[in-house]
Amino acid sequence: MSYLMKMLKKIRVFAKTSKIGTIAGIVLILMIFVAVFADKLAPYDPNEINLLKTFEPCSLQHIFGTDISGRDIFSRVIFGTRTVFIGAIVVVGISTFIGVIAGLVSGYFGSVTDSVISRILDVFSAFPSLLLAFVVVAAFGTGLVNTAIALSVVYIPLMARVVRSVTLGQKSQCYVEACRSLHYSDARIIFNHILPNCMPIIVVQATTNMSYSLLDLAAMSFLGLGVVPPQSDWGAMLSEGSKYIIKAPNVCYAAGVAIILCVICFNLLGDGLQEYYDPKLRKG
Amino acid sequence: MTTEKRENIGTDLSDYIRIENLKVYFGDEKRGKVLRAVDDVTFTIKKNEFFGLVGESGCGKSTLGRAMINLTPIRGGDVFFDEYNMTAKKKKLTAQETLVRNSAHMVFQNPFSSLNPRKTVRRQLSEVLRVHKMYPGQEMKRVQEMLAFVGIGKESMGKFPGQFSGGQLQRIAIARALLLEPQFVVADEPVSALDVSVQAQILNLFSELKEKLDLTMLFISHNLSVVEYISDRVGVMYVGKIVEIADVKELYEHTGHPYTRSLINSIPSPETGKEEAFYDSVLEGEMPNPMEEQKGCRFASRCKSKFDRCDTEIPQLLPLMDNPDHLVACHLCKHG
Amino acid sequence: MSILSIEHLSVRLKSNKGMVNAVRDTSFSIEKGAIFGLVGESGCGKSVTAKSILKLHNPKASTITGKIEFEDMSVLAATEKKMRSIRGEKIAMIFQDPMTSLDPLMTVGKQISEGLIFHKKMTREAAKTESIELMSKVGITFPEKRYGQYPHEFSGGMLQRIMIATALSCKPQLLIADEPTTALDVTIQAQILKLMKKLQKEEDMAILIITHDLGVVANFCEEVGVMYAGEIFEKANVKTIFECPRHPYTIGLMKAIPRIGGNDKRLETISGMPPLLLGEIVGCPYSPRCPNATEKCQTIAPELRDIGNNHLVRCHNLSDTLWR
Repeated sequence: MSYLMKMLKKIRVFAKTSKIGTIAGIVLILMIFVAVFADKLAPYDPNEINLLKTFEPCSLQHIFGTDISGRDIFSRVIFGTRTVFIGAIVVVGISTFIGVIAGLVSGYFGSVTDSVISRILDVFSAFPSLLLAFVVVAAFGTGLVNTAIALSVVYIPLMARVVRSVTLGQKSQCYVEACRSLHYSDARIIFNHILPNCMPIIVVQATTNMSYSLLDLAAMSFLGLGVVPPQSDWGAMLSEGSKYIIKAPNVCYAAGVAIILCVICFNLLGDGLQEYYDPKLRKG
Repeated sequence: MTTEKRENIGTDLSDYIRIENLKVYFGDEKRGKVLRAVDDVTFTIKKNEFFGLVGESGCGKSTLGRAMINLTPIRGGDVFFDEYNMTAKKKKLTAQETLVRNSAHMVFQNPFSSLNPRKTVRRQLSEVLRVHKMYPGQEMKRVQEMLAFVGIGKESMGKFPGQFSGGQLQRIAIARALLLEPQFVVADEPVSALDVSVQAQILNLFSELKEKLDLTMLFISHNLSVVEYISDRVGVMYVGKIVEIADVKELYEHTGHPYTRSLINSIPSPETGKEEAFYDSVLEGEMPNPMEEQKGCRFASRCKSKFDRCDTEIPQLLPLMDNPDHLVACHLCKHG
Repeated sequence: MSILSIEHLSVRLKSNKGMVNAVRDTSFSIEKGAIFGLVGESGCGKSVTAKSILKLHNPKASTITGKIEFEDMSVLAATEKKMRSIRGEKIAMIFQDPMTSLDPLMTVGKQISEGLIFHKKMTREAAKTESIELMSKVGITFPEKRYGQYPHEFSGGMLQRIMIATALSCKPQLLIADEPTTALDVTIQAQILKLMKKLQKEEDMAILIITHDLGVVANFCEEVGVMYAGEIFEKANVKTIFECPRHPYTIGLMKAIPRIGGNDKRLETISGMPPLLLGEIVGCPYSPRCPNATEKCQTIAPELRDIGNNHLVRCHNLSDTLWR
């Protein structure tokens, strides 16, 4: 119960620190809401083909109009939130988990361990994300989950480097030395003491990674990897809609605006979180 | 069960702590420069004694304190707690040896950084007991008791370090070091970061600990007046070596080493009328580079009374003829 | 003749907790060529006072009232342009930590010459010659070689000498030294104090030294002001302050210092903590901790009054107990 109160207090302070971040956060929460209740909110089945009603303009019945197969664009955009969030969460989830551990271990132990892990991370980050995804998809087949896993490999170094540098800084702090003098195990020092001090940077980096991964996933779908048709996905919609953009730009507009809005919101939320953590970090 | 073992330790660690030929070097001779932070130091600390280690920055006193409790790896030499070797690199330690090594703790200079800023006092201190499996089930009560002992009320348990003043935090840090009922505590400049009036409070606390607990302490400080107030015996360090050891009174009344004399004279005393003496006795020059090889006495470059032997032969820490408890490393002194 | 005169100075600084009354009522003056020590513990307002003399506070985040007069010129009314011509030339300042007060990416020689080039309009060559002379004056060996070295190549004591050389380059009338030896070892501190004393005599320069170390004050200053909670509690010449302090706080400070050769008695401490300077303080700010406090102390703030022989004390009940 007191934990909930603490969270609410933190949210209130955050709202005061960054109004834009709060608005972005609210928008994202609404999007998640939409993703969860997509089937209740969408007026039509997103995959329902109606060849009699192709390329309909915006109207009261079809808010964004229909696409080449007569599917309601608005419903497809709504269902698209699901793939976006699932995909981004998988990418960021995996990369954060592995990246944080890699960063903590390499930062704390230094010397050989650090060299080995850092070089492995260098290899990962040398891969252009899309190229790696091609390879994985070629090997294991398309699909949202496969693509997301392939992409997460490239995101691991982003998180690991940032966590490593905070760990390096924390390692030389007196309280870490005090823990060692009290004969705490390394594992306890890393996870119980250093990790909480890394939380701010982890949260900020994860939020930023969400927006990057969103763009990357959209790009993948645009190129035909990622989502398997006819699943609704903004990237796939962009790809498909680009073919007839002059005749009926609705699809591209709808999907494009949705992507931009989502990415902006994640970025603004990340900025807001950075502001929120910064002065507090200084106060200790 | 743990308390039983601890009582056993009380009778085993009867005599004293022996430091023999301790060397803490940083760097590699083969690769180039070596920093001889602690250079072949030998001395002993008696049971229940407060030993003051004094010296200026770079002399190696903090490194020595840390090496004694295994926080800094040593290059050579030994530290003995009675007959147990505290610092030998062994793959597997016996239960008794682990217990002995766990019975030495440290109080650091800056309480704001030696406590985790993101954990409450309650969590940090009870963690100590939990990790060492002491007072199982009664950790909170024990923490409360220890905090009360150092003068901190139980309403402070839920607060974060940032909400306390320097003096209060240092008390909490001391409580943390005492929770495991250590036999030996190294205090590294524990009052240097505090204001004068707060310093006095913490020094009084240390005096109280001396009376009430069965504690042996190494009190490291650059401030001679503080060391004089709290210690029984004092050791003076200069560039990695101990140059003088004596009882507190003896050190100030019959100073042996020229460096100690300069150190004492350099302290501006808070009273008027001594200005001329103060400025006349100012020690010129700077401390030599500890990375350079030592040829002869390290203080020779600044010593007003040096002669030829000082430049060629390293003086050994030997007892004085008049007072065998007073050790000085100087060619000028008459050794017995 | 006084070159610096401060009357009823009050400095309020903006912080994220609100306005802090860092300096509440400070008045003192410094004669030409005199050494004045401002002593107190952390948070008492001494550094803030020093910075106000050079108008170093952010005008948007501070409210300063009162009078600061330097050589008959009002500092508070001066324009930024006028202040820039005074800083470094007429009034110089040296800070606590020499390691962080100098630009790590500029050679020390250049940093000393900078002031000479800007204020005295010297050529670079002339400034270099002068700087090398200054370096040897402050006791730096091989100054020609060390002119081109960077701050990280010097020890703390040497760096503080460089700072002093920089401060003295334009022969200022007043040197403000903010805790100049706190970060230094005790033997180096003695060297720096000796150097400052020597230079002060040679240049006939006034010094305002800020410190928390009563020992430094006793062996360096001529006049002393003891500050607490943004006010001066006691002001007198150094002999009077140390031999017969009258304010309970001054006496408390004297008793709390461990002294060499002192008895083994327990140190007498001042219980409690200094007040937060956020809101208005009613009565004497020291009353919660003062052993002599009466009801009057808690409601009426005492004024600074002269008790004879230019000894000023801000207290309703002067301590009659001899502190020794």
